[in-house]
Amino acid sequence: MTLETLDKLEALLAERFPALPRERLADALIVRVEPAELVATMTRLRDDPELDFKQMIDLAGVHYPDREPTMEVVYQLLSVHKNHRLRVKCAIGEGVPLPSVIPVWSCADWYEREAYDLLGILFTGHPDLRRILNDYDFDGHPLRKDFPVFGRYEVRYDEKQGRIVREPVELERAYREPYRHTL
Amino acid sequence: MGVNEQLVQNVAKEVGERGFLLASADALVNWARTGSMWPMTFGLACCAVEMMQAGASRYDLDRFGIVFRGSPRQSDVMIVAGTLTNKMAPALRKLYDQMPEPRWVVSMGSCANGGGYYHYGYSTVRGCDRIVPVDIYIPGCPPTAEAFLYGMLQLHKKIHRTHTLSSGWGVNGIRPRTILG
Repeated sequence: MTLETLDKLEALLAERFPALPRERLADALIVRVEPAELVATMTRLRDDPELDFKQMIDLAGVHYPDREPTMEVVYQLLSVHKNHRLRVKCAIGEGVPLPSVIPVWSCADWYEREAYDLLGILFTGHPDLRRILNDYDFDGHPLRKDFPVFGRYEVRYDEKQGRIVREPVELERAYREPYRHTL
Repeated sequence: MGVNEQLVQNVAKEVGERGFLLASADALVNWARTGSMWPMTFGLACCAVEMMQAGASRYDLDRFGIVFRGSPRQSDVMIVAGTLTNKMAPALRKLYDQMPEPRWVVSMGSCANGGGYYHYGYSTVRGCDRIVPVDIYIPGCPPTAEAFLYGMLQLHKKIHRTHTLSSGWGVNGIRPRTILG
């Protein structure tokens, strides 16, 4: 976005949503919303003719283990007509459900399933909140920082039982933490 | 004692022990088997693209009688081309079980051989030989179409070494593959 459109959008948001905390990061504009006001705010962002955020481009979850609340959901909004974008962040505690935005943008369905699968973020009002990428009876949420990167179990075919069995992970070579640069 | 007499004695011994004599029927069987290896289409990741290259006009697997099939029940060989995940493992085993014998498995690429890039991941099978018995491992990430073709020809060689009908068990130190499993 050009700085001009960014300034215009920020002024517009300051007028329509004076209570929302705003933040500028490079060429992005970020607002933070409380979970209780999420759906109402999102509906207004979509329906306001000046803001006109008709599309939700992406929904992502983040885990911040050393921050309170620990979970955060990030929405990327786009107005094709006005040619501007907005990033909405909503922080929630672990295991605390967040209202689903499917009534606002129906495309949120699979994004919310993904956030649930990988991070365990719950969404109230979601019609079909089950895992989307991992196995349906997978144990844990792998993108959480406390999840072991090599998983909790591995599978193999058992000749005697004639089926795939699960066993605790046994690595022939232990996992090494990748080298981290110190700045 | 002449050579002919020795031969006659050998033949007589063979017929006496087994009641029948098989000479080059094995060669015929192996020729037929290697001449029409029909792989089951099982592309899982980028290796599948190299497999498709090998099947297309430049490397042209058709000239070796290798024709991809959509059903495990019409296939002789399963090519595991790509990353095998925990979620896919039961499906892979089920498809392998549905293939008629004799059947072979070719593991293509690092991921199928031993987990590869995703060896330390949480959702990957660390080698498809944990799920199905593998005959040929093709290294590479992904293997080139030439490497894949070479692997298939190695499988042909392996099949030519088997003596399913003659030779009984353990002749020349090679145990034949069983037909009825």
